[in-house]
Amino acid sequence: MDKFVTHRGTVLPLRRSDVDTDQILPAEYLKRITRTGFEDALFRAWREDPAFALNDPVFAGASILVAGHNFGTGSSRQHAVWALRDWGFRVVVSPRFGDIFRGNALKEGLLPVQLDQSAVETLWDLAPDTLVDVDLAAREVRADGFAWTFPIDDFTRWRLMDGLDDIGLTLRHEDAIAAYENDRAAFKPSTKGF
Amino acid sequence: MDNHCTVLLLICMVSPVAQLQLAMELRWDTGNDAEAAKRRILAEQAKAMPRTLAEKVWADHVVRAADGEPDLLYIDLHLLNEVSTPQAFDGLRLAGRRVRRPDLTLATEDHNTPTGYADGSFHARRGELLTIVDPISRTQVEAQRKNCAEFGVPIHSLGDAGQGIVHVIGPQSGLTQPGMTIVCGDSHTSTHGAFGALAFGIGTSEVEQVLATQTLPQARPRTMAVTVTGELRTGVTAKDLILALIAQTGTGSGTGHIVEYRGEAIRKLSMEGRMTVCNMSIEWGAKAGMIAPDETTFEFLRSREHAPRGEHWEAAVAYWKTLVTDDDAVFDAEVFLDAGAVSPFVTWGTNPGQGVPLDDVVPDPSGFADETDRNAAVRALDYMALRPGIPLREIPVDVVFLGSCTNGRLEDLRAAAEVIRGRRIRDGVRMLVVPGSDEVRTAAEAEGLDRVFVEAGAEWRFAGCSMCLGMNPDTLRPGQRAASTSNRNFEGRQGRGGRTHLVSPQVAAATAVAGRLAAPADL
Repeated sequence: MDKFVTHRGTVLPLRRSDVDTDQILPAEYLKRITRTGFEDALFRAWREDPAFALNDPVFAGASILVAGHNFGTGSSRQHAVWALRDWGFRVVVSPRFGDIFRGNALKEGLLPVQLDQSAVETLWDLAPDTLVDVDLAAREVRADGFAWTFPIDDFTRWRLMDGLDDIGLTLRHEDAIAAYENDRAAFKPSTKGF
Repeated sequence: MDNHCTVLLLICMVSPVAQLQLAMELRWDTGNDAEAAKRRILAEQAKAMPRTLAEKVWADHVVRAADGEPDLLYIDLHLLNEVSTPQAFDGLRLAGRRVRRPDLTLATEDHNTPTGYADGSFHARRGELLTIVDPISRTQVEAQRKNCAEFGVPIHSLGDAGQGIVHVIGPQSGLTQPGMTIVCGDSHTSTHGAFGALAFGIGTSEVEQVLATQTLPQARPRTMAVTVTGELRTGVTAKDLILALIAQTGTGSGTGHIVEYRGEAIRKLSMEGRMTVCNMSIEWGAKAGMIAPDETTFEFLRSREHAPRGEHWEAAVAYWKTLVTDDDAVFDAEVFLDAGAVSPFVTWGTNPGQGVPLDDVVPDPSGFADETDRNAAVRALDYMALRPGIPLREIPVDVVFLGSCTNGRLEDLRAAAEVIRGRRIRDGVRMLVVPGSDEVRTAAEAEGLDRVFVEAGAEWRFAGCSMCLGMNPDTLRPGQRAASTSNRNFEGRQGRGGRTHLVSPQVAAATAVAGRLAAPADL
């Protein structure tokens, strides 16, 4: 995973709430078995509308997606994160994220930043010209004299700033996993011989 | 793990009040067996602190806890489907890792699989297997087959009697049991919580993590109780209950919580009904939904293929009976709902929280106090091609879909068949009946349910996710409107440009007969 420490970019305003993962990446694109190359699928259906923000050249190059509440609800598809990342987003801002989407984004170094609705609306108004700084070390978003702090736990922040992946971290505790397995109840089911 | 580590870990897990006393007691244990110390302290902890069902199951799966870090949770069962796993297996290969516990892993094919033959027919032809025509779908399904063969993971492939929707085959085989941790790269994994399991959907990176380590680092979610008092009225189902709850709470209010559904109305639900409720937990944002196991749960499991037997059964039931929320346990949030006030419920919009009773009319967005909700409603009505004020019962449909991991079990098919029996599906309406698994299909045929549907003019199809999501040949055409027993009414969910009204199996059946949204009592 790429490290995330700070990011400077411009905003793409997505003035919608409850943006579900079926909108971010429609199911027909879930059939691919690669981990990259999903940028063509991003918001595919909404892009049919020429007025949709992603089609607007004034927002070209924007790397901070700012959306209404409940962004990334619905399906567990990590493909939605791949599509956002492949398009060029490094940060998504919303007052609230779907839990699975948020977890998936954190695995890929796409930073989900939780800010309240008024900050979101201010950021919408700052698009497309204002440069916005997203500072993970300080847990802060700064732009045009504004500064908002956002919540993120120490462990996750450290993992992102060092670009560490969870599997590598977990395998350090192999002995604890083996000890747990030795102690599991005998009645727990197995899929052996299924 | 050495004794020193164990002691530190366990002290972190207990409340500050009890820490001093436990630390003193631990001096006696450091030279002894660490596991004995662990059990003793956990028992001590259980006595000291009343806990919720979720907290008990969570605590029983903590492999490692450390201050300021997420808990490392052991996973008892990892279910795979073809959509979320190819990239995870690629990751294993790249890192030179194996699947740690193929014996706790099971794969099935469901999202891409067709529910009929390539020629469009869906009448079973002896000895003829279904084929996947779309080359991209086929590649994805074949990728999982190859991966399972290479890594030694058991799989139920298309044409195998054990094949079906991943969340239907776990429970039907008895693999889903109380007190387990169950994950799958699919958000409707919450279904398994109906058994008192802690079950939740994960993304592909987490699938890779569980394949490699059989564990997941997880921050401890908050807990929430949803207490459903009273009794559901005749003709009102678990689906109506959960749709009404989501409409009341909104799509995001469960975020970050493990929800426990409890109360008289929940206790009276069958396992199938409980699965429907837990299945849709994710639709209001909950991390997981759980229902404490009881006699209904044990009875459901008793004869299942993978349920414990003999003395293992006795030991299991003794443990399962401890999986209830203690009387004095405190939830971080509580929601109450009166089951007696729930009536058949349908959605009018493009998220599962946009629903009203079938008796109602399409709401007027100008009546929404919150600006965000108002804008969302305007957009939704535009997409759904509906005007405010229209009675729901006047909305005609083109397609009725009965199936999915929400409502594709035998009880759902029986309930719909009861409504359809002796009636005809309205001319011009297409009804797809899709069992949740091959086993459900076989059981339904043994009862003659297939004939009821076929005689009424419905399509009796093969098992799979089908029209719940647009990944296989069963899709809506642009502009088509469906009454669907599935779980999501998102834009384009059932096919690009398709419009979805979420309903119960009974409402789906009545709607197929009436040609417009209807309850059985309307026929």
